[in-house]
Formats: sequence, structure tokens, C-alpha cells
Amino acid sequence: MLEGGRVMLEVKDVSKVYKVGTFGGTRLRAVNGVTFDVGAGEIVSLIGESGSGKSTIGRMILGLSRTTTGTISFEGKDVSALRKAELRTYYADVQGVFQDPFSSYNPIFKADRVLTLVKGFFPGISKSEWDAKVEASLQAVRLDPSTCLGKYPHQLSGGQLQRLLVARALLLDIKLLVADEIISMLDASTRIDVLNLLGDLKRRGLGVLFVTHDLSLGNYISDRTVILRHGEIVELGATEKVFGNPLHPYTKMLLSSVPQLHTRWDAREAHSPPAVASTADAAAPALVAMEPDHLVATGHDGGGSLR
Amino acid sequence: MAARGRGAGVALGAVEATEAVSPPVATVHEPGEPTTPRVRSEFLYFALRNWKFVLGAAVVLSCLALALVGPLLTDHTPLEFTGPTDQPPSSEYWFGTTSFGQDVYAQFVYGLRAAFLVGALGGGIAWLLGAAIGFTAGYRGGWIDDVLNMLTNVVLVIPTLAILIIVAAYLEVQSYSTEAVIIGLTSWPWAARAVRSQTFSLKTREFVEVARLSGRNTRQIIATELAPNMSSYLLMMFILLFGGAILIGASLDFLGLGPSASISLGLMMNNAFLASALLLGSWWWFLPPGLGIVAIVGGLYVMNVGLDEVFNPKLREL
Amino acid sequence: MSLRVDDLTVYYRSLRGDVKAVDGASFAIGDGEIMGLAGESGCGKSSLGKSLIRMDARMRHVRGRVELDGRELPIDDDSQMNEFRFRDVSIVPQYSMSALTPTRRVGTIAEELLESRGVRFETVRPELVRRLQLVGLSQDVLARYPIELSGGMKQRTVMVLSTLLDPSLLIADEITSALDVSSQRAVGELLVEFRDRGFVKSMIVITHDLAILYQVADTILVMYAGKLAEKASAETVVHGPRHPYTQLLISSLPEVGVRFEETRLAGIPGKPPSLLSPPTGCRFRDRCPLAFAKCEEEPPFVEVGAGHQVACWKAAA
Repeated sequence: MLEGGRVMLEVKDVSKVYKVGTFGGTRLRAVNGVTFDVGAGEIVSLIGESGSGKSTIGRMILGLSRTTTGTISFEGKDVSALRKAELRTYYADVQGVFQDPFSSYNPIFKADRVLTLVKGFFPGISKSEWDAKVEASLQAVRLDPSTCLGKYPHQLSGGQLQRLLVARALLLDIKLLVADEIISMLDASTRIDVLNLLGDLKRRGLGVLFVTHDLSLGNYISDRTVILRHGEIVELGATEKVFGNPLHPYTKMLLSSVPQLHTRWDAREAHSPPAVASTADAAAPALVAMEPDHLVATGHDGGGSLR
Repeated sequence: MAARGRGAGVALGAVEATEAVSPPVATVHEPGEPTTPRVRSEFLYFALRNWKFVLGAAVVLSCLALALVGPLLTDHTPLEFTGPTDQPPSSEYWFGTTSFGQDVYAQFVYGLRAAFLVGALGGGIAWLLGAAIGFTAGYRGGWIDDVLNMLTNVVLVIPTLAILIIVAAYLEVQSYSTEAVIIGLTSWPWAARAVRSQTFSLKTREFVEVARLSGRNTRQIIATELAPNMSSYLLMMFILLFGGAILIGASLDFLGLGPSASISLGLMMNNAFLASALLLGSWWWFLPPGLGIVAIVGGLYVMNVGLDEVFNPKLREL
Repeated sequence: MSLRVDDLTVYYRSLRGDVKAVDGASFAIGDGEIMGLAGESGCGKSSLGKSLIRMDARMRHVRGRVELDGRELPIDDDSQMNEFRFRDVSIVPQYSMSALTPTRRVGTIAEELLESRGVRFETVRPELVRRLQLVGLSQDVLARYPIELSGGMKQRTVMVLSTLLDPSLLIADEITSALDVSSQRAVGELLVEFRDRGFVKSMIVITHDLAILYQVADTILVMYAGKLAEKASAETVVHGPRHPYTQLLISSLPEVGVRFEETRLAGIPGKPPSLLSPPTGCRFRDRCPLAFAKCEEEPPFVEVGAGHQVACWKAAA
């Protein structure tokens, strides 16, 4: 799917099924047959509303949740079933930042404890070397060490906390960052700074999987976009193509509902959401390439046609 | 004892409200404020100003002081037949004597010691067991949780007193330490459940995931991330278990199921009852132990209520 | 004039002193006007909304006057305000979807709400059902428990309940924040429809999302650190703002079509001042690229154009 460039993370036919109800009788399919990849130094957005399974996919990639079927490969190696020591090695390359900055910090400890938490990845490192590393990562996220070291989380702002978490990931010199709704809880004026930071880090070679429900953010920052609905991919491809020429009815509906600052809703058609496929056990619809680097799901809901 | 469990449950219900989960809606947070007073000093500030906490603590600490220092103030030992029988309090026998001629004061202060021993040991064991099982079940979830839950429910449902009677009948409990251990092994279930539910809610907080992503294993996460966050909860749980253990111990001793070779407050009351002290009007024999138990356990519970207000800002009157 | 607010000042009591949440707010809303109240977190917009209906016991009314349809609202007195709540002034509070009691059916919640206001449920039931159908909910919503409804459905139910007695003023506090994009549009359009059908005379829509306000509101009032910064028609605020804060805020919003490679948007450095001891003079001074000596004196909220008010020395000059 990625033309040219090196594929770093491959998600192949991944599904996640939860057993719910008494004695686990009913099955809830949160993710259904999702396949996509992330190249080195590329930002891919996973866009979906609530219940689309985007956070579940992020957690599975981070090894916080097991896949039910399918494989996740990182640099050729299957990481979907890693345990303990191997998982630790994986975490030196892949890290995550989550939605709520204030929940991501243990409130009784100082904020920079999140940095010392990863010191274990550098056995035998000297204090001066460690301090230099910390200073370098704080610089990279444009945080002033004097304003954030030695403080408690409630003394820092949401934006500073999120940046500190990115700094923690950078300390490990990771290759892929899974950013799960990292700016949805930040103020409008700081959101864009954290987003720009991701863009700058991408220029340094960092790959980012940007999970969000906000289409404007995905459009701003990502190279490629994956649109999810009810755990299935409905459209995926280069961001300009997906946003510029949406083919799936669901994508069209999303784009028409996003409030924008230049057009009003009544000027845009309201697309009603397409009917939902009812069977929970159906296989994921096949993705068809409508143009290079632009795939659309066909089958249940009717795919779109190239205009 | 079931009533005690329920009472403790109500108090814990209030504590559970403290750790209320914030609304599951995306919110935009306040920007950071300038340096605020540290959590510990804020705790002391409120604790010392809460009269319930201060009063309860004062009562318990004075009983403890009496337990430690009291025996040093007398030459009599609790069980020796030292003086005239059935004497009301006098300058020589400060709390009078029993109908066997034993010094009630000596019995009382040694009994206090036994009470604190049973409370600390029994409550401590129940606390450790409850916390260990609760944390493991809450954090690991899955089949481990199911198994531990079943175990907890079984032990919870077993009528403790009946078990203890049977055990006491067969085992010949000789020391208060043994009694304390038995109490500890049977009173942990509600503590385990409480810890489990708290752990469930804390487990979903993202700092636990951050710790996992930093390579921490289960044991480390429970010890360094979860437990410190629940420290207020765990403290209050310990206080309740302490008081509960003393009550159970006193009940056992009163029924004559405790060690007979030494003395405790419950045993004093048992002896007084058997010797018809009430009918004989020997109030000095059963009043001190009764008041002693009420003072310690009541003081502990009042302390706990005060602590609940200290830890939960919403209960404080501003 | 439907609503007139004069010098409204509301503080929160706290251990460390008074948090000056709203300081000297003066504005007016006409009949049938939907005013958006925008700002970032901590700017006082929710406090302003809540003070108009007096729903928070921690608030202390310091000074100021509010007039609704010519009558003064007793916003400093909890019990007197009770008469006006729900009938004249109603609120859809933040997190209202989560505020539906999970152990009661929706119909029972509605009944209890109305009976507590002295309205016989049977008399309004037909109207309630009609409005529910209007917003796309069937009658059997009343027989369901809140957990059986989706987020958007709950939000619409609460909106119908809050406006059942046709209040003059509706305060909608962050009602779209927790919703999916598709529900947001539906709820936003509902707000406008309620106004168009006369269920509500005027509305204050509180949110941090300026894009939604552009779609829904007639005018927008921007707040910063407890003070009013700018008020103008929605079109003017978005396309021709005069206050530096508004300008910077608008330019920091990414839109579909704007990409990082082409245009690098900028945020506003720094953070808002603490409301415990706010600085004298213009509160945006420290972060404002246009600040000059006069900003040490607090700028008044003055009119700079037709229906356009700004609190800035530079803008008013």
C-alpha cells in the first residue's frame, strides 16, 4: 500500500472480539479485519467516531491489549504476542501518549518521574549522561527544564504535560509514537503547538500513528488517513485524496458534518449516515483501490465510485 | 459481627465516593496554578482541625499509654489471688478486687495490652491478606479475579463465629497471638472486596498504562503506582480492621473461647458475668473492661469518620 | 431587549481567597438571538452561564444586575431564583447526558422534574411526545432507561426536557463537546430549530469550539480570564476580529483543507493568568503581541462598529 519508503509497522487482518454478558455469552466485535501500515517517518491518522475501534487498535499496537486474530508486525517481526522481556525491547522502539494528560501522571509523584521511569532502559548510565539526555529531549519538545522539572502534575498545564510525555518517548529514541487523542483535552491555543511538534518530529524521522476523532486535525498533520467505522476500515489512502475526493458515503457524511469556519452547514448537503451492517460475525468488507493510494471498502454499505 | 461488617461497609461507602470517577466526557483542563501546599502538610492541617479525628485519636492514644505504662505502676499481676475478695476501689486496689481476690486494675491494664495485641496482629493480618488478594484480583482481572472472588465470597459467607467456636474447641488456643491470627485469617474478605473495587477504578487511569509502557511488571505497578494512591483508603481500612479485631476478640473471650491462661478485657467480663457481679453490685469489676472496649473501638471509629472528612474535601464544612 | 446584563461580577469562594471567575460583564441579547459564549478553559464562560440561573452554591454574587424581559432576575438569592428556573431561564448543563439518573426511566425523570415545578405531567405529556418526535426520538424513549440510549439521543432528550416550558432564555453549556461529529451537527441544528419554532426566545450557547458557533450562533461573545474580550456577529468574529486574542485564537484553528506542510499555524504562547490574583490592567497583556504602555490600564468594553464591542486599547483606537 505504501509506495516507496520503508514499511515499519504492518497491521494485517487484525480483529478484536470481546466476550461480554454473563459467562461471556455474547461476543462484541470491536475491531474487524483491519489492515494498514505505517512507513518510517510517516504520520498516519486513524480517524473514527466513538465505537469505531480506533483506540483499541492503538492499544493492540502498543501491546496493552491482545489481538484476537491477525498479526501486527514491527520491522518484520511479529509483535502481537510478545511477553515480558521481549515486550520491553519493543517499548524501546514504540511508545504511546494518551488522551488525558492529568490522568497519565500519578498525582502523588512529581511530573518528571515519568522520565525516570524509563531510566531502566539505560542500565549503567551515568548521572551526567542521563541529565544531558533529559535536557536534549526537553529541548526537542520545546519545554524549558526549569519550568517543568521538580514540579507536581497539578502545577503544570495540560500542554506541558503532554509534551513531557512526548519527551519521555523521545528519550528512548523511538521509531513509532502512538498518539491517542493527545490534544483533545487541551485548550485551542496550545493544541496547535503540540500538533506542530509532531510535525517537526516527523521531519526528524519519527513515525506517528495519530488516533483522533477530529478530521481537521487529521487533515492538518497526517500523510495518510484511515477512516474507521464500527471497527472496520471504510476508506484509506493519502490524506489529500481521502479528504479531497471522499468516496465512501460514511466519509462524505463525516466531512459534511464537521463544523468549519468558512462554510455554513446549510450550504453543505447533509448526508445521512449509511445503514449499519447488522451481523456481528461478518467478515470485513474488501478494500478496493479506486486510484493509486486510495482504497475504499465495498460490500455491505455499497462502495463509492470514482467521480 | 455481621452488623459490624455492615457498619464498616457504610463508612467505606463514603470513602468510595471520594475516589469518584470524573465524568467520562472530554473536558478542557485548568492551566497550572502557582505552587500549592503539599498534600502531606495539607493533610495535617485538616486532620488537626477535625475534632472527630482529634478526639478519637486522643482516646485511643490514652488507652494505649495506659496499656503500656499502667502495668508498670503496680506490683500485682492480674491472676494472682492477692487480696480480699470483692472489694470496691480503694487506695490500695485502685479498681477494687474480683470475687477471687484478684486486682481488677492489674487485670484491666494487662487486658488493654492484650486488646491492642489482638487488634494490631489480627487487624494487621487481615489487612495484609485483604490488600494482597484485593490488589491481585482487581489488577489482574480475568480468571484470577474469578477464582479469588469465589474464595473471598466463600470466606465472607462462612459464619465466622461458628468457625471460631469449632476451632477454639479443638485447638486449645493458648495465647492471644494465636487468637489474633485466627481472627486475621477470617476477617479479611470485606477488606479484599473494597480494595478490589478501588483497584478496578484506578486501573483504568492512564498512568498505569504509562507504567506498563515503561516496562513495569504487575507487582511493581501495584506497589509503586496503585497502593500509594490508595494510601488514605488503606489507612482507614486498617483502622477499621484493628477495631473490628478487638471486638471479635472480646466477643470470643466473653464466650469463654479465648485463652484462659492470661487475661483480656473480654475474659474479665466473662468472669464477672459468671460470678454474677451484676447481681452482687460489683460494678468495679465489669465496668472498666466494658468501658475500655467501648473507648478503644469507639475512639477508632470516630477517628475514622474524622479521617474520611479530612481525605474527602467534599465532606468538609468550609 | 430580551436579556440585559450589567457589570455582573461573580466570585468563587476558596480556601486561598476568591477566584474572580467573572469580572464586570455587561452585554445584551435581543429577542430570538442565539449568542455563542466562547473562550478557553478557565475563562469564566461556564461561570457566567451558571450565574444567570444560579445553579452553583459556591458562587458569590458580588455585584451586577441581570434583567430578563424587563424583569430583574434575583440572581443573588437562591430561593427567589427558584421561581424563574425552568420556566423563564433554563439550562442544559455540562455533562447533562451523564446526569440522567441511571436507575430511573426517562419518563419518570421527566415526570418528577415537572411535578417538582408544580406542573401536572399529564397536561404536558402530549407536548413532550410531540417534541420528542420533532427531534427524531420515538415515544418509547420515555419507557427506556438512560443506559439504553446513545449519547446523541440522551443529549436531545435533555434538550427537550429543559425547554418543555418554553423558557425565555436557554443556557446550553458545552452540549456538543462529548458528541460524535455526526451527532454534533444534529444537535447544533436542533438548537437553531428550537429557536425558530419559538420553544426558546433567546439562547446562550457556551462552548470552546468556535467552529460550531459559526454554524449555529448569530453573535459570539469571546471571554478571556474572566473578562469580556469581544462581541460581534458570528461572521465578524470569525472573519474580521479586532481583539488580538480573538485574532490569534481564530488563526490557531486547523481546518479541513489546511495542511502542516503548506501553512504552519501558530498557537498563543504562555498561559492565562490565575484568577485568584489577576493582574491589573488588560489581562491578556502578557501574551499579547500588540501590548503597549496603555495596556496597564484596563480597557473598557466599548463599541467599535455596529453591534461590535471590543475591550482593547489598540482595537478601539
